[in-house]
Amino acid sequence: MKDFSILIGGRAGFGIDKSSLIIAGILKQLNWRLYVYRDYPSLIRGGHTFSIIRASREKIAAHLNKIDYLLALNQDTITFHEKRLKDDSIVIYDSDSVKSKGLGIPLGKIIKEENASDIMRNTGILGALCKTLGVEWQILEYVLRKNFDKDIEVNLKIAHRGYDEAKGSTKIDMLDQAKLPLFTGNEMIGLGLIKGGLKTYIAYPMTPTSPILHFLANMAEKFSLKVIHPESEISVILMALGFAYCGEKVAVGTSGGGFCLMTEGLSFSGMAELPVVIILGQRPGPSTGLPTHSCQTDLHFALNAGQGEFLRFMAAPGDAEEAYYWSQVALNMSWKYQIPSIILSDKTLGEGTYSFDINLVKEIKEENPVLWDRKDRFKRYMNTKNGVSPFAFPPDKDAIVKVNSYEHDESGISTENPEITKMMQDKRLGKEKFISKELEGFETVKIHGDRNSPTSIICWGSNKGVCVEAAGILGLKVIQPIVLSPFPLKQFKNSLKGVKKLISVENNATGQLARLINIFGFEANELVLKYDGRPFSLDELVERLKEVI
Amino acid sequence: MKDLGTYCPNTWCAGCGNFAIMNAMKAVLNTLNAEGLGLENVVLVSGIGCHAKIVDYVNVNSFYSLHGRVFPPAEGIKLANPDLKVIGHAGDGDAYGEGLEHLIFAAKRNIDITAIIHDNRVYGLTTGQCTPTSPLGYKGRSTPGGTKERPLNPLEVMIASGATYLARGTSHGIDLLKKIFKEAIMHKGFSLVDVLQVCVTYYNMYEYYDKRVYELKEHDPGNYNQALAKIREWDYNADSPIALGVLYKKEAPTLDDSYYKGAPERPDVSKMVKEIIDGPV
Repeated sequence: MKDFSILIGGRAGFGIDKSSLIIAGILKQLNWRLYVYRDYPSLIRGGHTFSIIRASREKIAAHLNKIDYLLALNQDTITFHEKRLKDDSIVIYDSDSVKSKGLGIPLGKIIKEENASDIMRNTGILGALCKTLGVEWQILEYVLRKNFDKDIEVNLKIAHRGYDEAKGSTKIDMLDQAKLPLFTGNEMIGLGLIKGGLKTYIAYPMTPTSPILHFLANMAEKFSLKVIHPESEISVILMALGFAYCGEKVAVGTSGGGFCLMTEGLSFSGMAELPVVIILGQRPGPSTGLPTHSCQTDLHFALNAGQGEFLRFMAAPGDAEEAYYWSQVALNMSWKYQIPSIILSDKTLGEGTYSFDINLVKEIKEENPVLWDRKDRFKRYMNTKNGVSPFAFPPDKDAIVKVNSYEHDESGISTENPEITKMMQDKRLGKEKFISKELEGFETVKIHGDRNSPTSIICWGSNKGVCVEAAGILGLKVIQPIVLSPFPLKQFKNSLKGVKKLISVENNATGQLARLINIFGFEANELVLKYDGRPFSLDELVERLKEVI
Repeated sequence: MKDLGTYCPNTWCAGCGNFAIMNAMKAVLNTLNAEGLGLENVVLVSGIGCHAKIVDYVNVNSFYSLHGRVFPPAEGIKLANPDLKVIGHAGDGDAYGEGLEHLIFAAKRNIDITAIIHDNRVYGLTTGQCTPTSPLGYKGRSTPGGTKERPLNPLEVMIASGATYLARGTSHGIDLLKKIFKEAIMHKGFSLVDVLQVCVTYYNMYEYYDKRVYELKEHDPGNYNQALAKIREWDYNADSPIALGVLYKKEAPTLDDSYYKGAPERPDVSKMVKEIIDGPV
């Protein structure tokens, strides 16, 4: 088998998410490359939740609509996902609660006989799946032992009974390549921030970035991090600016609604030149929208949020490796240029699980901010050639550190003087020239696929994986701007060489990237948009692209 | 005595109650400095309003924040470096209006910072509207027929929220201000001083306060019920006597003390991150 997909579904509270990660963990042991797409409603119990685990010989970052194995823990799973089945797909289901054709396992009976809890029907169906895939029992046992601290023996028993009920119908090979670890985009943002020198993370819980808060809270002791959950997103960003004032590298995380509350703090960061990294995980709006689903609708909001004109760095990573890398870059840029940075993520990237290959990530060093040389009297906003005023942090016997949300002079004292106002605005905005120059040394615009194709997809963020794969099938080029502010005009222009037709693929209703490049005089000829709260599947995108190429 | 002034021209109205607060604060900072604190360890945080100009006028570390956002950065600064003395100056609109949520949470956390509220019971800088502590019927520019809302009793809100030091002063009593400012700053925990500061331009209450204020004697600030009774004696509305001095004082664990401070040495982050990525197979 070249490539296959498994869908596991049931009610929220059935343990679908954990089961999908165990399946991915098993296939990881056989050195397959994986991508897990999670689809769940905004509730704690009930509703319908499912995950698609896609395995491939090559690295992937997209799911398919069509599936090869359907694991049904309730009838809804059959009803909702029957249409995804191919002629030779295999359905494995709980025959005590589901009516279907395929391989029925009496999971209700098994858990009763083993005196186990209802949620353990999962391990029974995992056992049946492994036998069907020809996975050796030892591998399943190994992965289960890694995933369960308690009740492992009874879980193993149930898994074994599921295993015995099934017949091996295929044999998934152990691939001759390195094993790659599995991480979500959120985890890699968290690890990237840690590696980039993060000391404090502050967030108010909000899907889809709460997992970063949880992940870093669990890492806090190990890495001497302070992880704080205050009363609101307003407090989150203002607290963060207090940390930045003291020289502590700090990041915050939220989604659109929380980011709305952060905008006054963002603008303050721009005015007071206090560095902060904001992780903005997009989810469909307007307003509360679809809290647990995905979209790319906050590009222009993030680019323009906050009153007044100020410089910000913004990058939209496309997969786990880029999430790891650009989170480090964001911290460096924030502290080097004393500006706010935004990592624009979304639910697909944040909560998707990827095979992570560290060898694909360029090594990057934590950079230290420019510090006051202690020669002349310290002025927090001293005007310099590149606009960056060297830092001092309190307590410093020789420096009085005054930061200010009002327009201010070099010492940080409020002013309404027109000359100073202009000078300070020039100083702050003038940093753009220098950061843009530095960014020329980074791969701010990536090119994938057939570089000579006159037809190119343009995409950003989590659409990278699906676009690159679709382009491979259709023989297209892909242009992926990663840095969106300051816009990498030079690299973007170069990427367009030889392109006659540009197709913008986006998870929004209005073509936000197309609108952005338009500002710089470029035009997307076609828009392929999806805004139902779900990311493109590969098969769906290929069909949509065929209509326009 | 250091002058502690800056070159910034002062733009408060003649007779403004803010002068008393600033002069008291400067005197307290000088005293603390003489006692060995070191002024580099002080950070003043302010909101937006007439009160907030104090950070332009006092030559120590300062963080001129946004309207209503005095306490979140003050807490961030304290958690970043618990050795700093962080003093938040806020107006009544700032602390009790736009930023009330933050104030309640700072008290709830009993974080070791100090709140000095310049409570003039009117919006001065925006030229005379009612605030959360304006009395019922206050005629301001946004309520020409008199406000229909009763005022908050901020000290009652604070004692219910978990503040561990509560005091009241007026801008007509600088000696008392010096005493309670110093105590509040040295108090371990969240301290708040509500200063009945007079706005000479929009709400001149000097005479009103002078008639009603009295300094607390034989009051036990450690007794919660006594403190609550004294706090409730004047509800910022009725014409009752107004107690000045320390109303409530209690020792309790502080957030900054109980917070995980981290290992003294930074671990080898790159290596440890790599170990997580490589993980167990």
